[in-house]
Amino acid sequence: MNANLLPTGSAYFLTQQTQTPERHTLTVLVDNEPGVLARVVGLFSARGFNIDSLTVSETEHDKHRSRITVVTVATPKILEQIKLQLERLVPVHKVHDLTAEGNAIERELALVKVAGVGENRVEALRLADAFRAQVIDASTESFVFEVTGKSSKVEQFIALMAPIGLVEVVRTGLAAITRGAEGM
Amino acid sequence: MAEQMTGAEMVVQALIDQGVEHIFGYPGGAVLPIYDAIFQQDKLEHILVRHEQGATHMAEGYARSTGKCGVVLVTSGPGATNAVTGLTDALLDSIPLVCITGQVPTPLIGSDAFQECDTVGITRNCTKHNYLVKSIEDLPRILHEAFHIATSGRPGPVVIDIPKDVQFAMGRYFKPQAQMSHPTYKPQREGDIEAIRLAVELMLKAERPVFYTGGGIVNSGPEASRNLRELAELTGFPVTSTLMGLGAYPASGNQWLGMLGMHGTYEANMAMHDCDLMICLGARFDDRITGRIDAFSPGSRKIHVDIDPSSINKNILVDVPIVGDVNLVMEEMIRIWRAKTNQPRIEAIAPWWKQIEKWRSVNSLGFTNSDTIIKPQHAIQRLYEATRGRDVYITTEVGQHQMWAAQHFHFDQPNRWMTSGGLGTMGYGLPAAIGVQVAHRDALVIDIAGEASVQMTMQEMSTALQYNLPIKVFILNNEYMGMVRQWQELLHGGRYSHSYSDALPDFVKLAEAYGGHGIRCSDPSELDNAIDEMINVNKPVIFDCLVSKEENCLPMIPSGKPHNEMILPDTADIGSIIDEKGKVLV
Ligand SMILES: Cc1cc2nc3c(=O)[nH]c(=O)nc-3n(C[C@H](O)[C@H](O)[C@H](O)COP(=O)(O)OP(=O)(O)OC[C@H]3O[C@@H](n4cnc5c(N)ncnc54)[C@H](O)[C@@H]3O)c2cc1C
Ligand SMILES: Cc1ncc(C[n+]2csc(CCOP(=O)(O)OP(=O)(O)O)c2C)c(N)n1
Ligand SMILES: [Mg+2]
Repeated sequence: MNANLLPTGSAYFLTQQTQTPERHTLTVLVDNEPGVLARVVGLFSARGFNIDSLTVSETEHDKHRSRITVVTVATPKILEQIKLQLERLVPVHKVHDLTAEGNAIERELALVKVAGVGENRVEALRLADAFRAQVIDASTESFVFEVTGKSSKVEQFIALMAPIGLVEVVRTGLAAITRGAEGM
Repeated sequence: MAEQMTGAEMVVQALIDQGVEHIFGYPGGAVLPIYDAIFQQDKLEHILVRHEQGATHMAEGYARSTGKCGVVLVTSGPGATNAVTGLTDALLDSIPLVCITGQVPTPLIGSDAFQECDTVGITRNCTKHNYLVKSIEDLPRILHEAFHIATSGRPGPVVIDIPKDVQFAMGRYFKPQAQMSHPTYKPQREGDIEAIRLAVELMLKAERPVFYTGGGIVNSGPEASRNLRELAELTGFPVTSTLMGLGAYPASGNQWLGMLGMHGTYEANMAMHDCDLMICLGARFDDRITGRIDAFSPGSRKIHVDIDPSSINKNILVDVPIVGDVNLVMEEMIRIWRAKTNQPRIEAIAPWWKQIEKWRSVNSLGFTNSDTIIKPQHAIQRLYEATRGRDVYITTEVGQHQMWAAQHFHFDQPNRWMTSGGLGTMGYGLPAAIGVQVAHRDALVIDIAGEASVQMTMQEMSTALQYNLPIKVFILNNEYMGMVRQWQELLHGGRYSHSYSDALPDFVKLAEAYGGHGIRCSDPSELDNAIDEMINVNKPVIFDCLVSKEENCLPMIPSGKPHNEMILPDTADIGSIIDEKGKVLV
């Protein structure tokens, strides 16, 4: 019998996938010392884990603490390994799997440049309004919109802008936090 | 207790305060201030090596044979890159090392300065942790922290990269605190008591139990080996070990099954396959052990004790995971078992022992001896007999000779067996033997070597001579990279592509050229005398033991096969055993 009566994966027959990959958002609390991001990212590449989105910034200046938010796609077993491997890094305080813990708020910000004239300009503004996107730059033939929200909303906004005259997009990657009074 | 001194002096002072007595190193421009500080004191002995890889393996041998931290000092650029193999080796085998590397002065970092390399970048993934010291204020803390991280939790190598200007700078030094604590690094030592209780409950009910022990017992210290023996005696359960854990349980013990895994004994592997309870103590379910994972010990419940949470459920899912120091966990297991009963489970597991005896009678380490040519297994057996009762330490290179040594040399104590298991680094054994001999001047230290491996770090013979370290290099010379040849026979139709050891040096003359003693033996009837000669010469010796050339190392679990499909000795045609799927595996 193996644990929890789960069938085991095999290093020798890796094609034999028994678990389906899931998308998870991880928050990694780290000491903001030189090289810490390289350590975290290097671990993903060295062990063949994926990174779909990455957001990093110092969040507690007095303690030199940073939060790294990583979105990754992996099977539950690999996710557990990712978490344990990250926790093994010396400057890592804690790793939270927000998706597994549930009930997290996730937001992303995108700057979206759209070019066009006439009816297209009107349409762009109308859609921006519906998505509560701000105009942060405008010229006679272009806009830059700032849109915030869940990644799916940002995706949708970008998709709608494509036929109107999408020029380019920049996205911050995901920021995520738990609901309620408790901190991490 | 703050004292003003230069960064270079701090390095030396911190090493002394950490109890370091020997360091292995090689000088260069970026570490000259540290070498100058070494010159002006006499507490630390510096061993000058011939190649920085040698320094790292010496430090590994030193660390593994003493339980202390090994220390290496190398210069920037090529000094650091030459150390990378040994650092990686120490990472895979959980060996505590602190490696100090010189770096170009801070203002020059990133300018492609002379002998600059990105040492922290290069060593990030082959160390447990590493540091670039940018300011003298950080140096004392980092020096002490490095020792703490290298030696606690799951041990491993730590690199401290120190720019030359920091070595010259003046600053305040402070001594290590008695109790090191770190804001983020806190290895868990105590196991969860409920999990341990559950484990003992399963042990009290087991009918076909087996202890599967590993390098973690050796890492945990001599107390852990004592507790393993006690636990084994208390329960009556059979014990097997990985390559890395040999000696933790005595090979002369009644409950010893021999090593398990790819080249382990039939009884050990069958016991693993057929057990109903596997108690894994400080081992990591390496692929040399599990073979085909989906056929690994299909009918057992599994308990896994490991100090590194990421070792647990990595390759094999287990039923009772226990994160903690294996010694403390075994202590608890013993206490809880004692509270329930004083009896080993002799009767309940008698049928299991009977089955094990049947497997034992297969004699899977058997081989056909010869009186005209020296069989490598026979050579190891004679070496073992000749050195019994002495204060012996064995190191090895990598290949067939390494496996034969593991199978036919028997260890009754931990810390006596130094081998490169995880990385499998040819060239490990000779410098490792030097490191062991530095720590144990009067002991008999033997590198059981292959003629190919030993040429990778042969130049360290010169180090052995310089410091009067009478290591014995016992080469099982089969004129092949035997392990490679064996796999070519198994998998590639016997096409021995580039695995013949051509143009070999005359090892006897080579020994003499270094100032050591050379012995050659090819006649089984002269072997014992030649071994005695080797033991009695008080000098470094190279022993060129000419053995049968195409011997295969058996038994063997071929890649892609489960434990109960071993190739046993004297199998004629091994080339037809592995199927297409198995051939892509390593
Ligand atoms: C040619 C070749 C053939 C090989 N064939 C075999 C073979 O047939 N059989 C075999 O066994 N090996 C073989 N090996 C070696 C193999 O590759 C692995 O190195 C070895 O099996 C790993 O041993 P281990 O599981 O004891 O783990 P180690 O690498 O020794 O790791 C120790 C484990 O214990 C844990 N640990 C450390 N300290 C503590 C502590 N204080 N408390 C609790 N846990 C702790 C660590 O976290 C880790 O998980 C071979 C190697 C080579 C080069
Ligand atoms: C540095 C390094 N390069 C290559 C290998 C692959 N390898 C494993 S065993 C082996 C042959 C070793 O030959 P030898 O030292 O003569 O030992 P034998 O197997 O003949 O006993 C090789 C090339 C290795 N383990 N390490
Ligand atoms: Mg050979």
